[in-house]
Amino acid sequence: MSIIIDTETKLVVSGLTGREGTFHGLRNRDYGTDLVAGVTPGKGGQDVDGVPVFDTIKEAVDERGANTSMVFVPARFAAAAIDEAIDAGVDTVIAITEGIPVLDMMRVYWKARENGVTLVGPNCPGVLSPGKANVGIIPAQFFDQGSIGVVSKSGTLTYQIGNELKHAGMGNSSIVGIGGDPIVGSDFIDILKLYEADEETEMIVMVGEIGGDAEERAADFIAESVSKPVVAYIAGFTAPPGKQMGHAGAIISGSSGTAEAKKEALEAKGVRVGKSPTETAQLAVEAMQQAAA
Amino acid sequence: MDLLEYQGKQLFAKHGVPVPDGRHATTVDDAVAVANEIGYPCVVKAQVAIGGRGKAGGIKVAKDEAEARAHSEAILGMDIRGFTVHDLWIEQASEIAAEHYASIILDRSAKKLLAIVTRMGGMDVEAVAESDPDALIKRHIEPEQGLTLEFARELAVDAGIDDDVTDQVAEMLLKLAEVVREEDATLIEINPLIVTSDRRIVALDSKATIDNNSLFRHPELAELSDKSAEDPQEAMAKEKGLTYVKLGGNIGILGNGAGLCMSTLDVVAQAGGKPANFLDAGGGSKAEAIVDALEVITSDPNVTALLFNIFGGITRCDEIAKGIIEASTQIGITMPLVVRLDGTNSEEGLALLADAGLENLHQEKTMLGAAERVVELA
Repeated sequence: MSIIIDTETKLVVSGLTGREGTFHGLRNRDYGTDLVAGVTPGKGGQDVDGVPVFDTIKEAVDERGANTSMVFVPARFAAAAIDEAIDAGVDTVIAITEGIPVLDMMRVYWKARENGVTLVGPNCPGVLSPGKANVGIIPAQFFDQGSIGVVSKSGTLTYQIGNELKHAGMGNSSIVGIGGDPIVGSDFIDILKLYEADEETEMIVMVGEIGGDAEERAADFIAESVSKPVVAYIAGFTAPPGKQMGHAGAIISGSSGTAEAKKEALEAKGVRVGKSPTETAQLAVEAMQQAAA
Repeated sequence: MDLLEYQGKQLFAKHGVPVPDGRHATTVDDAVAVANEIGYPCVVKAQVAIGGRGKAGGIKVAKDEAEARAHSEAILGMDIRGFTVHDLWIEQASEIAAEHYASIILDRSAKKLLAIVTRMGGMDVEAVAESDPDALIKRHIEPEQGLTLEFARELAVDAGIDDDVTDQVAEMLLKLAEVVREEDATLIEINPLIVTSDRRIVALDSKATIDNNSLFRHPELAELSDKSAEDPQEAMAKEKGLTYVKLGGNIGILGNGAGLCMSTLDVVAQAGGKPANFLDAGGGSKAEAIVDALEVITSDPNVTALLFNIFGGITRCDEIAKGIIEASTQIGITMPLVVRLDGTNSEEGLALLADAGLENLHQEKTMLGAAERVVELA
């Protein structure tokens, strides 16, 4: 088991013919992901290194059995591509594109919910289930197969922590980058639910950052509904209020959303929070050893 | 992107939200000329992106030309909590019978827009929430329906707005929703929303935040944002397309990825250092981007040492190393430079750095070790 993507995943990439889309789409295929199609309007009938390209996602679903869509198109077309994927009937949409207007995201968020589609992202590195499938831009070489589920707002920070876990001999059931935008398709809670239900996952590492209250809400959810050990890391203790730190959602407004508030909320519910990525990886290793003992 | 009051009011006016007649001015002579056009009494208002303007003396009523000149002279160039006043907004004075409050904001937790109305305007809405929570009417707007006239009227009625103006308030809320929808605003706030003595509803102030991600479809708003970067490093970074935030310390920081970069600031602070900036070199950075980034960071005169914390995923460490070497020769960096390269092609990158033989360069294997080292050297 693993979550969101696995050996059953049949991937269609919107924007496969673009430079980045080709690079990452084929990288995902090289990893072992079943890449069944690409979609670029007007380029139907072409192929990218043997992968058939269609004009619409519907064709990719009908003719190639695609069940998961990865969105790699420019921001101004991305919300429409997510819409199209939902209408075409895929189960899962993973949106890598950065810079999608937030009101567009608000609209497609509700559309995905109503249609029972799992939406991950946007502005995220995607999902990796080591040994099974990789959808997105996560460099798989820093992760091993194992039983720690990772959910993170940040890409590079996840690679840092994953690599430290690997050096400590630990691996992952899945790694999910949920993205750092103000509205994302899947929040910490959505992913925590999936890990709680996933048999392969024995513990969970959650990587948050300043902005919003997703970490605080996750803390409440963990206390009520997660039986597996959770270790967390929060970035942005030194971030000044009112300044956006790279991710569109990483901005502290008013009194909430600070790293300190998030850390306190998590610790109040018994979640251990690492001071650095290194310490977080160590805490995860300890939690795994305790669980095994 | 936060709009200044006058930019927000111009946006409101475009969508039919009633605002006082006003003009923008950047010099004293212009201010006096537009004041004469508008007529007296008028209000001279400092345009800065921070609250508390009135208390700081940045908002003054002028009853004639001499006062308009005196106030404009006093306010232009004034420092309001760290912001220098470069712009004035001159508007017709209003006769105020009552001060209310209205806003529409994006509630990211609920993933819906939230409309807020209270009859207790003119003060901090958070203070109202604390002292009299029942007076604050907050309701989510269902994404599918949008804000309807019926919903707007109920808000106004429940907030206790006087009967004779509830229809006006409701219509204004509809127009605010239009501003949100058509201009991609994530926050619109009117405080105070006044009832004039002749029973008209007018937005006396404006606060508006536009979603930066939407600027590609609002070229006229995108132009406004260029003015707002006042800090020389931030302006320079913007020009080069880099994400840079000045933090005021002495340790220049470059990381890749927003999360890792924020985390780097945190570990430097934990090691007792003061970060000078946040700079995310982004994914897949090439050597030129690193040269640009170093140029921006080192142009801050406070910076005495540099820390590169790179975990290459898509980013290749050999490209980063090339950038560091190129920048060192191009810009002539002599201050200590601590580099931690890990991830994709890190061995190649480290070898390139070793071969370059830069005397001021210190390599560290771990993020924590690098943070401690740069604090020592700064």
